[in-house]
Amino acid sequence: MPRAILYDSTLCIGCKACEGACAERWGLPYDDKIAAEERISAHKLTCIETHGDRFSRRLCMNCLQPACASVCPVGALQKTTLGPVVYDAEKCMGCRYCMQACPFQVPTYEWSSRLPRMRKCDMCYARQSQGKLTACAEACPTGATKNGDRDELIAEARQRIAEKPGQYYGRIYGLKEVGGTSVLYLSAVPFEQIGLRTGVPQEPLPETTWRVLELLPDVVSTGSVLLGGIWWITNRRDEVARKEGPARPAKQKESQSK
Amino acid sequence: MTRTLPKITFWRAIFAAILLSGLYATYLRVFYGLGGSTNLSDRFPWGLWIAFDVMCGVGLAAGGFTLVAIVHIFAIERYKPVLRPAILTAFLGYLLVVVGLLYDLGHPERLWHPLVMWNPHSVMFEVAWCVTLYTTVLFLEFLPVVFEKFGWHKPMDWIHRISVPLMILGVLLSTLHQSSLGSLFLIVPEKLYPFWYSPILPLLFYVSSIAVGLAMTIFESWHSSRAFGRALELPLLASLARVLAVVLSFYLWIRFLDLTHRNAWVLLRQNRLETWLFVLEIGLTLVPTLLLYQASIRVSPGKLYACAVMVVFGFIANRLNVGTAGLEAGSGVHYIPKWSEVAVTLMIVASGFAIFRLIAGYFPIFEPQAAEAAHEELEQKEEVSVPVG
Repeated sequence: MPRAILYDSTLCIGCKACEGACAERWGLPYDDKIAAEERISAHKLTCIETHGDRFSRRLCMNCLQPACASVCPVGALQKTTLGPVVYDAEKCMGCRYCMQACPFQVPTYEWSSRLPRMRKCDMCYARQSQGKLTACAEACPTGATKNGDRDELIAEARQRIAEKPGQYYGRIYGLKEVGGTSVLYLSAVPFEQIGLRTGVPQEPLPETTWRVLELLPDVVSTGSVLLGGIWWITNRRDEVARKEGPARPAKQKESQSK
Repeated sequence: MTRTLPKITFWRAIFAAILLSGLYATYLRVFYGLGGSTNLSDRFPWGLWIAFDVMCGVGLAAGGFTLVAIVHIFAIERYKPVLRPAILTAFLGYLLVVVGLLYDLGHPERLWHPLVMWNPHSVMFEVAWCVTLYTTVLFLEFLPVVFEKFGWHKPMDWIHRISVPLMILGVLLSTLHQSSLGSLFLIVPEKLYPFWYSPILPLLFYVSSIAVGLAMTIFESWHSSRAFGRALELPLLASLARVLAVVLSFYLWIRFLDLTHRNAWVLLRQNRLETWLFVLEIGLTLVPTLLLYQASIRVSPGKLYACAVMVVFGFIANRLNVGTAGLEAGSGVHYIPKWSEVAVTLMIVASGFAIFRLIAGYFPIFEPQAAEAAHEELEQKEEVSVPVG
C-alpha cells in the first residue's frame, strides 16, 4: 500500500523540528538563519510557514500522478509504488522542466553550482523502504506530521473532522488535487489561507500532455501516407508531362480513345 | 567598393561588441553557473534562453520544412530559388538552438541523455528526438550544395536516391516538434495566463511556425539581395506573400475561435501587463496580415520586407509571451532577463547572420540563373494578378 504524510495544521506549534530533522537526513546545514527562511530551496527541502497565528508546512506533495516525472525527458524522476517520487541526479541534464511543470512549485535548483542538481523532498524513500518513518514525522513532537499508509491516513483525517467538526475546515487537501497527492493537509481555515494552492486542477496533469502525445503514431502514419501520396501524384504528373510532352501528342490521344 | 566600406565597418564594430559581451557572459555562465549568469529562480526556471533561443529559434527555422514541402512534395517548382536559403537558415537555426541549449541546460554535457534514457510520456523527450533527427535530415538536405560546389557526382546520386523519403521525414519531424513546443506548456494550465493557455497550443504553434517560416524566407531574401548585390526575386516573394497572408489569416482565425470558446476576450478589460503584451502580439500579426492583402504592398520590396519583419516580431512576441511573460502572474514572479542572458542571445543571433553570410558567399546557395528565370516567368503572372488583388 502506498505511503503518505498527513499534516494537521491545527496541531502544528511551529517548532520546526521537522525542518531540523529533514536537514540532518539530507546532510544539509541548519542554523537560526536558515530556520528563519520561510521558503523551500535547494538547501531547505521543507519549511514551516507562518500565516497569522497559524502554521503550514511546505514539502514535496509526491503526487499520485506526478507532473514532474511525466515531463522529465530522461526519466530522472520516478513515482515509486511505495509512494515517494524519487530523483536520480546522475540522469538529470538540468532542463528544469520538472520545476516548470510542478503545480506546487516544489522542485528547486542549485543555481550557483557548476554541477547543479534539482532538489526536493523524496518523502524519505530510503528510510520508508526500510520500514522506518520519514525523518519529519519521527521528529514531530505533536503529531502534526504523521507518516503512514495513505488510505489509513485518509480515514484518520476524516475521523478527526467528524469528531471535532468545529475545529476543522471540513475538507482534506490532497485528496483530489491534481488527481491526489501523497501529502494530505488538514486545516482550521480554508486552505488558501494557509498558503496552499486551491486553484490547481482536479485532473492529473500528465493527462494534459498525454492527450496530445498519444496521437503521435497517428500523426506520423497519416502524415506519411498523405505526404507520400501527394508526392506520388504531383511527380507522376511531372513524369507524364516529361514523357508525353509536346513530342508525343499522338500517343496521348490513342490512350484516351481506349 | 569604397562607398560600402564604412557601412561594413560599422556593422563589424557592432558584431565585435556583441561577440565580446557574449563571450564575457559565457565566462559567467561557465564559472558562476546559471545563478551567476541569469535571473532565473526556483519559481521561474525558464527564461530568455528557452523562450527565445530555443522556442523562437526552432520556429524561425521553419522555412526549411515549409519550402521543402512546397517545392518537392507539392511540386510547385517556381519557389525553388528560395529553397536553398531556407534549408540553410533551418540547418543553421537548429545548430544554434543546440548552442542555446548548451547554455541553458544545467548539465550541457548530458545533452545526449534523452537519446539513451527514454521517457515517452515526456513532450521534451519527443522534442529532443525530433530535433536531433531533423538536424540530421537538414544536414543531408544541405549536403547537395556541398557536393555541387566540389563537383562530387557519386555522392550526389546517392543523396538523390534517398531524397524523397528524407524530405517526407523532415516535414513529419517538423510537424511533430513545432507543435510539441506548444504542447510543452499544456502541463501548466494553472500557471499560463488564459490569453495563451489553450488546449490547441500545439496547433497554434504549428500554424504560426509555418507563417514565420515564410516570413523569414522573405526576410532573408531581402537581406541577401542587399548583401550580395543580386536582384531580389520580387515576383516570387510577392506570390509567397500571398501564401503568407492566407496562413496568417488562418492562424488568426483559429486564435479568435479559441479565445472565444474559452471566454478569454473579457480579460482584455483588465489593465495589466498581459493585456498589453497580448494586444502587441496580435497587432504585430494582424497588421501585416491585412497589409499583405494589398497588391501594392506585396510588390514593393521595402513594404514587403517591413511586413515580414512585423510577422517575425509578432511571432517572437508570441513565443516570449508563452515562454516567459504569460507565466509571471501564475508563478508569482516578475522576470526580466539579466544582461548576460541578452548578451548570449544576441551573440547567437549575430553568429547566425555571420555564418549564413559566410556560407552563402562560398557555396551555391542562391541560383542566379534560376532566380532570373523565375523572375521573368512570375513577373508576367504577378502583373496579371495585380489588379485582381
